[in-house]
Amino acid sequence: MVSINNQLSEKKVTEKEIVVALAGNPNTGKSTIFNALTGLKQHTGNWPGKTVSYARGNYVHRGKSFVLVDLPGTYSLLANSIDELIARDFICFAKPDVTIVVTDATNLIRNLNLALQIMEATNNVVVAINLLDEAERKGIIVNIDKLSEKLGLPVVGTVARNQMGLNRLKDTIDDIVTKKIVTNPLKIHYPPEIEQKIQEMTPELENILKGELNPRWVALRILEGDKTLIDSIKQYLVYKEIDIKGEVALCH
Amino acid sequence: MANKPLPLSNLAVGTKGKVESILIDGLLRRRLLDLGVVPGSVIEVVRVSPNGDPTAYLIKGALIGLRENEAKHILVHPI
Ligand SMILES: Nc1nc2c(ncn2[C@@H]2O[C@H](COP(=O)(O)OP(=O)(O)O)[C@@H](O)[C@H]2O)c(=O)[nH]1
Ligand SMILES: [Mg+2]
Repeated sequence: MVSINNQLSEKKVTEKEIVVALAGNPNTGKSTIFNALTGLKQHTGNWPGKTVSYARGNYVHRGKSFVLVDLPGTYSLLANSIDELIARDFICFAKPDVTIVVTDATNLIRNLNLALQIMEATNNVVVAINLLDEAERKGIIVNIDKLSEKLGLPVVGTVARNQMGLNRLKDTIDDIVTKKIVTNPLKIHYPPEIEQKIQEMTPELENILKGELNPRWVALRILEGDKTLIDSIKQYLVYKEIDIKGEVALCH
Repeated sequence: MANKPLPLSNLAVGTKGKVESILIDGLLRRRLLDLGVVPGSVIEVVRVSPNGDPTAYLIKGALIGLRENEAKHILVHPI
């Protein structure tokens, strides 16, 4: 399976390029943000071998070039569907410099659930609270600062349709890249028996993963019985080994 | 809520139920939680596909298809 290695390797094409992924539930405004940021500088198509559409574009901010990838909308990162598999593999194995989790301000309970899952897999996350106009219409007030404090991540309020908040979003992305903002994502604590198992599995996972993936996150997926992650690890991390030996530029 | 909760799969099209609990563990439970099926969520039965399965439910503003063998694990209070 050639799979998404082409996309995964994009990052390497030009060293200077910074890769930013847009993740989130369906209909939260990902594509609206994608279009607003990249304008006409877009490539669209399908993920290799998949019927899921793929969009990648460029934008320049503070004199730097950013590559933006619009991931399929998902409710979870558990690879229940091909969309989730693509989103998860991109976030975990292509390792974008920053992942934007676009959320619907009128439905934070479900949206933040995905945000928490993504935060378990990667630290470099900014949360966009979009559709703030809709929220206002419904009398919902989101305390952005408090949320940011609780999540341990930058949170930016946006109304993507009116381009509101998007400059701030671009600034924040760059601040994460330059480490001006250092994130400290909220860690979910599981019941003692699960934490115990994670502890037991961590040393061996650290050996296998060699810093490529967060061992805690992988341990949780294994405990959950998610076999697709093991397949993806074999697929991408084995390629990575070839990469080290040869000159084939694959993932990472 | 004196009435007894029943499986979501027993609700008729056009009616709603409020989630009381999810009776299953593991990946399916996790998937349902991810979709917004949490205690207190209101779910509306929107339509049944021509062959009777899956059924489309409105869950927190999103139309989501669940199979009968998934929906039967969700206990709801009809409202
Ligand atoms: N009112 C409002 N509508 C928005 C906003 N952002 C996006 N939309 C609309 O929400 C719908 C879904 O947006 P889209 O970008 O396709 O969502 P995606 O599925 O996450 O890519 C579209 O009709 C957008 O015009 C916003 O901030 N406010
Ligand atoms: Mg979209």
